[in-house]
Amino acid sequence: MATPLLQVCNLVVEFPTRRGTLTAVDDISFDIAEGEVLGVVGESGAGKSMTGAAVIGLLEPPGRIASGEILLEGRRIDNLPYEKMRRIRGREIGAIFQDPLTSLNPLYSIGRQLTETIMTHTDMTPTQARARAVELLAEVGIPAPERRVDQYPHQFSGGMRQRVVIALALCVNPRLIIADEPTTALDVSIQAQIIALLKRLCREHGTAVMLVTHDMGVIAETADRVAVMYAGRIAEIGPVREVIKNAKHPYTHGLMGSIPAIGHDADRLEQIPGSMPRLTDIPRGCAFNPRCLHAFDRCRQDRPELIAVEDGQVSCWLYDTSAGRTTAEAKAIVASRSGTAMERADG
Amino acid sequence: MVAFIIRRFIQSLFVMFVVALVSFAMFQFIGDPVNQMVGIETSLAERAALRERLGLNDPIVVQFWHFILNAVSGDFGISYQHKRPVADMLLERLPATLELSAVSALFSLLVGIPMGVYTGLNRDGFLAKIFLTISLIGISLPTFLIGILLIFVFSVTLANAPPISVFGLFAIDPSVLQLPSFGRGTVVEIGGWRTGLLTADGLKALIMPSITLGLFQLTLIMRLVRSEMLEVLRTDYIKFARARGLANRAINFGHALKNTLVPVITITGLQVGSIIAFAIITETVFQWPGMGQMFLQAVQNVDIPIMAAYLMLIAFFFVIINLIVDMLYYVVDPRLRVDTGKAAGHG
Amino acid sequence: MADAHTSAPGLLDPLRRFFDGDVWASFKRSPVTVGAAAVTLAYFMMAAFGPWIAPHDPFDLAKLDLLDSLIPPAWMADGDPRFLLGTDDQGRDMLSAIIYGSRVSLLIGFASVLLSMVIGIGLGLLSGFVGGAIDAFIMRMAEIQLSFPAILVALLINGVVIGYFKTHPEWQVDQVTLAYVVLVLSIGLSNWVQYARTVRGSTLVERGKEYVQAAHVIGIHPAKIMLRHILPNVMGPVLVIATIQLALAVIAEATLSFLGVGVPPTEPSLGTLIRIGNDYLFSGEWWVTIFPGAALAILVLAVNLLGDWLRDALNPKLR
Repeated sequence: MATPLLQVCNLVVEFPTRRGTLTAVDDISFDIAEGEVLGVVGESGAGKSMTGAAVIGLLEPPGRIASGEILLEGRRIDNLPYEKMRRIRGREIGAIFQDPLTSLNPLYSIGRQLTETIMTHTDMTPTQARARAVELLAEVGIPAPERRVDQYPHQFSGGMRQRVVIALALCVNPRLIIADEPTTALDVSIQAQIIALLKRLCREHGTAVMLVTHDMGVIAETADRVAVMYAGRIAEIGPVREVIKNAKHPYTHGLMGSIPAIGHDADRLEQIPGSMPRLTDIPRGCAFNPRCLHAFDRCRQDRPELIAVEDGQVSCWLYDTSAGRTTAEAKAIVASRSGTAMERADG
Repeated sequence: MVAFIIRRFIQSLFVMFVVALVSFAMFQFIGDPVNQMVGIETSLAERAALRERLGLNDPIVVQFWHFILNAVSGDFGISYQHKRPVADMLLERLPATLELSAVSALFSLLVGIPMGVYTGLNRDGFLAKIFLTISLIGISLPTFLIGILLIFVFSVTLANAPPISVFGLFAIDPSVLQLPSFGRGTVVEIGGWRTGLLTADGLKALIMPSITLGLFQLTLIMRLVRSEMLEVLRTDYIKFARARGLANRAINFGHALKNTLVPVITITGLQVGSIIAFAIITETVFQWPGMGQMFLQAVQNVDIPIMAAYLMLIAFFFVIINLIVDMLYYVVDPRLRVDTGKAAGHG
Repeated sequence: MADAHTSAPGLLDPLRRFFDGDVWASFKRSPVTVGAAAVTLAYFMMAAFGPWIAPHDPFDLAKLDLLDSLIPPAWMADGDPRFLLGTDDQGRDMLSAIIYGSRVSLLIGFASVLLSMVIGIGLGLLSGFVGGAIDAFIMRMAEIQLSFPAILVALLINGVVIGYFKTHPEWQVDQVTLAYVVLVLSIGLSNWVQYARTVRGSTLVERGKEYVQAAHVIGIHPAKIMLRHILPNVMGPVLVIATIQLALAVIAEATLSFLGVGVPPTEPSLGTLIRIGNDYLFSGEWWVTIFPGAALAILVLAVNLLGDWLRDALNPKLR
């Protein structure tokens, strides 16, 4: 089996605050293969962005990686000195952030921002870099690139700006891109275009993507595999179709049920009672147990590990075969939940 | 762009108008010009004649009109105290004040900006903390006190200081460092402009006054640059630049610095105007023969023509400087230049 | 805490929240700020209880003896234990003069800050409520005034008023009282802009809210309700501005007095004392200037530190 492009092993990210240490990412592990698109989905505060920031080495102090390892093609990158990590950034791991308006320096032309990045990581001359910049703009679909390359960010519309951002992230062909909510700040009509663009370019260049978002629709459209995060931990990880159609973790199941689908006949959306715990207040055992309809004693005591189930992994004691339950039985229990929580309470 | 200039020009005219109004009002309400100008022996008839000749019996609006006409053509009347044309007195003293102000402004910029950048980049460093302490002192000490302290150390104490013996080998005579505290030193006249910059004497005399005048500005600039720098370093585009692997130098002195300096330019430009005004205090402390000292004496002696002329001259300087700063802003920030072509492309 | 939500926000709520919250905690944690607050408090006490703690009364012209003039501080060769910090050219005890002088400086400082606040808040409210031409006019005036340094405006107003009284000797006024009033007026009138802007901003924000329209419907004048909402919101920034302005006002008064257009030498403020002493700097009687200078510097430094800390503590962005 080829070494995965990115391996994250038992990553823990902490934030020392006045009120105690906040654990934003609590011991997560996952891989991304070459050219693969891994979606990372979850509510606000679940730790998705932190994970992305940790991978590219841009955690804002006082946040820090408390333990765990991050490996790029088998080499550790989480403990590299600043200069070495800087060379990896942009060249091997790139990033795209949410707001294209604030991601670009308003005082520099986009051509300048592009050529600067290109020349930082390659030996091109300014002329060559500029030619490459024009090429890139054409690739991301900016019309009249030779003219627009000298324009300033405020002269582009939101969608165009995000295309420029994508061009900037991909300009020296990194192996992996961390896309943090790349479409959230855009008009719905533009979102689809940008996602399609990202998908196409990454496939053409063989770039892997860690797509962080709270929007399941985008994941369904774009990702190969998806990791569902909850309270700084991974609840479930697996191929996209599997996770969406046959969610194994009760939380994921609840998530899918709460998404309105065309053709869905129900009068009410399913709701998961309660809300995600504050990171300073994570319950003992499984983080989801207070809201889980199937929780039993072990759930309240021990934190579940990621258990391999079929093509993916789930972090739920229901799937612990050593307890005597088969996978099929576990899935049935989770899927048995139907109707709303209100009806359940009565019944 | 043209519309912008026209608008600012009209605003400037309005400001000048208001100041002229205030100056004119001073003439009307404080004292009687005729009584100020003549001796006790002058007869009532002569006073009446003088009043007529000076146009003091005309309607107020006419007087105001003449007042403005005169001002525009450089005629500011005759000083009550010195019996000389105010315009001549102003011209005599202008070089002294301008030289002092220019040197102070230069000092505060050349030292303040680097200090600000340094404390912005090295937020918690030891040297940064020292700079910040100095800045606090600079803001807290009134200008005149700074001047007095400097005089005390460099003129009084050093004059009487005994030679210091270094390891018994040779002696350093600290009185060599003594600085003059009175006047401009030796001045050289070039085409009507008396400058102190061409003699060692003159330069020495400039040192303490310009430090005194410039210290407050320096502090302001340093704090401003620092806080702007800190703000800019927190922006998304800096984060994105880091994510692209740009070198620290490019980020700090390219992106960050340029964005920091844009608002700094405006504020500095506006401060230059106030330097000319604060010169009043400095000139008093150091007996510097400039316009400020003249104004102060005029206030003490209720010499209205000088007060009015000084006010209008200062207002004029402010207005010109503001206009220049606005245009500078325009040159530096591309967002202010409205694109005549199609501004935004399609999403 | 159901009750807290049904009553309108009062003026004391911010104070209560203040002491419960992070601000007080951060205050206690910063030794520099605590020191600054202590020093400021000491000055206030000195100002308040001056006449009782000062060893002499420097304002009582009858008690001054010219033979006592220019005596060095007590620890120096020709010193006199009666006058701890020496005496000035009129025979005034420096220590007492500093205490009384601080009193004068702080009095004028506070009064002018108060005046600026009243004018600024008033104009800000007016601008915000009424809008339209009045608003435009006030803001235009603010802009113009802001482009002139406050000290110049103060100097001008000072000069003009004193000039008026000089040329109209039929008005008999006590020089000292005149000086006080003019100083407070000139410094106060030159520093109102920041308050006006802040309050205006707050007013505009509140005007856009729905409860204002609701008030119209019920028949209550929206102004009354808006005030109850605006003032608590605006107290924080106004307090920060006021603290910094206090330091500026004290400096302004000292400067004007130093320049000779402030408090007269019969009942000197710190600035006046420095001015008096300046003449003796070169002849070796440094204490007449240096001690008042130090007193002034320490006071302003302490107030500035306090203002700095207050600004950071109340800044929501930094929390």
